[in-house]
Amino acid sequence: MLELLRQPWPWYVAGPLIGLMVPALLLLDNKALGISSALRQICAACVPAGIPFLQYNWRSESWNLWFVLGIVVGGFVGYRVLGHPETIAISAETVRDLRAQLHLTDFTGLLPRELFALENLANWRGWVFLVLGGFLVGFGTRYAGGCTSGHAISGLSNLQWVSLVAVIGFFAGGLLMTWIIYPLLF
Amino acid sequence: MKGLKYLLLGTLFGIVLTKSEVVSWFRIQEMFRFQAFHMYGVIGSAMLVGMLSIQLIKRRHLRSLSGQPIVLADKRFSHGVWIGGIIFGLGWALTGACPGPMFAQLGSGVGAAAVLILAALAGTWTYSALREKLPH
Repeated sequence: MLELLRQPWPWYVAGPLIGLMVPALLLLDNKALGISSALRQICAACVPAGIPFLQYNWRSESWNLWFVLGIVVGGFVGYRVLGHPETIAISAETVRDLRAQLHLTDFTGLLPRELFALENLANWRGWVFLVLGGFLVGFGTRYAGGCTSGHAISGLSNLQWVSLVAVIGFFAGGLLMTWIIYPLLF
Repeated sequence: MKGLKYLLLGTLFGIVLTKSEVVSWFRIQEMFRFQAFHMYGVIGSAMLVGMLSIQLIKRRHLRSLSGQPIVLADKRFSHGVWIGGIIFGLGWALTGACPGPMFAQLGSGVGAAAVLILAALAGTWTYSALREKLPH
């Protein structure tokens, strides 16, 4: 059993488990799955700076911060305790394309070191991937009112057409970056 | 310890995100290049299970553990939904991480995750400050 848990989990095991988070949170105490709200709460708690959007009772939603703290613990358990493959088994086509287009040679780890090593902050490309990338995630999710968990999982599960618009936006942005902007960056 | 149950549920969520490799930049690139079914399978089956669960909750009029009726708020439309959605998508393809996975990466010991989270917080804060001036 433990040996099985150590292997990467297939989509048909992981997907349904992620889906079950939706009813689990609702049945626990009427909570809607959504991670990006935690970013707003941290901002409201740490740097409210008199901004109206950050003046709300974030403490009443503190479950979200516990949940996010849990994700950090889960990342440690899932990666360090249960173990992980040195290289994630992505498709050969993706490896070929990333070698050719992004000049990547190191495919180990969760993120390519050639783009995400902290030393890269000494050059512009590191700032694009680490700082601009993270900034767009934080800015865009709040502007859209949710991220992959809040819109794609939670919202679409509840048949919200607004969430479908958001998810189409997520993909439009992702495809634009991958197919049009990436070639300009390398 | 009211937070404990959320801490445990979050831990389970983090383990699933990590073991299914959706916290990997490589997997997100594979998805946006349409070169594997993995991510579509994860998101699609998560949605399907979520949808069936919500239908069950609605039809059976299930209540939460504290006895409250389950309330599902409708998502409200604004132009921010698609504008912000596209902006997030650009960042998702760059960083290979949505907010949940960033926190899982932090736990897995990736140094970059700390920078990504700080940058995401700066993004959320900037949106909050500019909110009145942005089209919605």
